[in-house]
Amino acid sequence: MTEERVGIAAPATAGTAGTGGTGGTGGIGGIGDVLPEELRAVRPESPLRRNVREFMRRKLAVFAMVIVLLLCAMAVLAPVLSFQNPYSLAELDIMDGKLPPGSQNWDGSITYWLGTDDQGRDLWSAILYGTRTSLAVGVISAFLALAVGAAFGLISAYAGGKVDSIIMRVVDIQLSFPAILIALILLAILGQGVGKIIIALVITQWAYYARTVRGTALVERRKDYVDAARCLALPSSRIIARHIFPNCLPPLIVVVTMRIAYAVMLESTLSFLGIGLPITEPSLGLLISNGFEYLMSGAYWISFFPGMVLFLLIANINIVGDELRDLLNPRLRT
Amino acid sequence: MIAYLIRRFWQTFITLLIMSLLVFVGVYHIGNPADILVSAQATPEEYEMFIRNMGLDKPMWEQYVTFLGNLFQGDLGNSFVYNEPAVDLIFRRLPATLELTFAAMGIALVFGLPLGIYAGLKPKSGLTRCIMTGSILGFSLPTFWIGLMMVMVFAVWLGWFPASGRGGLSHLVLPAINLALFKVSLVIRLTRAGVLENMLMDYVRFARAKGLSETRVVVVHVLKNTLIPLVTVLGLELGNLIAFAVVTETIFAWPGMGKLIIDSITVLDRPVILAYLLIVVVMFSLINLVVDILYSVIDPRVRYE
Repeated sequence: MTEERVGIAAPATAGTAGTGGTGGTGGIGGIGDVLPEELRAVRPESPLRRNVREFMRRKLAVFAMVIVLLLCAMAVLAPVLSFQNPYSLAELDIMDGKLPPGSQNWDGSITYWLGTDDQGRDLWSAILYGTRTSLAVGVISAFLALAVGAAFGLISAYAGGKVDSIIMRVVDIQLSFPAILIALILLAILGQGVGKIIIALVITQWAYYARTVRGTALVERRKDYVDAARCLALPSSRIIARHIFPNCLPPLIVVVTMRIAYAVMLESTLSFLGIGLPITEPSLGLLISNGFEYLMSGAYWISFFPGMVLFLLIANINIVGDELRDLLNPRLRT
Repeated sequence: MIAYLIRRFWQTFITLLIMSLLVFVGVYHIGNPADILVSAQATPEEYEMFIRNMGLDKPMWEQYVTFLGNLFQGDLGNSFVYNEPAVDLIFRRLPATLELTFAAMGIALVFGLPLGIYAGLKPKSGLTRCIMTGSILGFSLPTFWIGLMMVMVFAVWLGWFPASGRGGLSHLVLPAINLALFKVSLVIRLTRAGVLENMLMDYVRFARAKGLSETRVVVVHVLKNTLIPLVTVLGLELGNLIAFAVVTETIFAWPGMGKLIIDSITVLDRPVILAYLLIVVVMFSLINLVVDILYSVIDPRVRYE
């Protein structure tokens, strides 16, 4: 992390990330390494570096980020970390159904640390795969919605006039209805499926991005650098994509983070209601819903553990987003 | 104001028309309700008769025009499943949903307002940090999961409250808290932001300079100004609660209209889906309108023309 002292002081000081006054984080072997102390202080720190350093200073933010990354790693490595493929029925033994956490299967080769569901499926493995599905759906839909929303937001801000008012009217109307209602109706029409729930999530979410991007872009386009770019006779598309858009990113990053959390939540809620993902593609929401009927008979773990993972995932993404908002909010910056 | 109201009604009308067309076309294209609703043992003649009785043999545009014509007479068609007017079906369940929604909103305000005010007045205190972190957790708890856990702990293990159904106050407690959790966090955050912002305003300094007690400054002056954005957001959130009640109603088997719509979606009961949607759109538009009018009452600076 702290590359600035490498070559001057002992590398043992690494790990005190960002506590040094001019501390930069990230870059590997830049000019900073060989410059004397006083010269380095003059070079302005890039905003990205400053933000990364500020972020590393916040304990809660780093902690939440670590958990999010851990959950992402679990999702990516699901086939490696799981004891069985929870969706290959050949590997399941119905005799192992509804075993409490910590029990073993008949020959002791597998310990079900989190118990099993009604079909004898190891919950730990099911959760790994479920996290994978939930995260994938959440992230993909958030970025697709971002692409659609940012495009409309930029066009709206840059074109102004009639185009702007039509796009914003649509956004207003859509935002006046709760996302879950729109998703409910879309899924009623589209039917179940991974692709379909992604479409539904994109349609419910694009408007948030459009509004955020438009708001920021409106402020940005009045700035001098846009005039300068126009004086250079750059085409509008280039000004929008290369000049205005990058400057809209900070508030957008916050919105994307929060929206990923919301998309994960919405998807699991819809799957819980039985109109989201199909049984063949179980997300965390479907696992929880599966445990619903066994709750009364005391088999709490079938719903509890997947829900706990879902909660950890959403909560930590939200905490990261919240900290980022604090960090990137220019009004709070001193 | 009158011109404003007329414009608003016109806009709502257009929205309704577009929504009904979109949903009608969409719902028309999914599955065949006859396949689900007619029993497998039915003869082909019975099958045909069902289709004819339900008007499913006519082309789509004709069905839509019939639907629109009936709509203006307040008739949204009969439910395929219950064989009674869809509107009646929904309105019969409306009180249950409203009871749940208002109870949840009440809980959100009773807990959210004081905590939010405290967090706004003492932004640096340890308790504030706890409240704010807690509110993030409140945002992140999946409603349906926490609902299940509440059933497990308070109904199954402790047996304090019934797990499902609607009846007296004891039936209301768990679902209302479940639905309120998310909103408590929202109220806390909004109130805190409002209080923080208003405490820096000049009028607070003047009020203090006049020698008003701190309680009076906060309760009468700051709170009043904080309420302005809160009313708008909460008005919109009321609609959100009605929609989100779908989840809570499913968990607690609460006989509201959210449960009805989920059941109707699974059996493709087209008239009920359409009627639910239109009624909800009208309700939302009304709520939005009331909120806007309330807004101008609370804040005289706001004028509509």
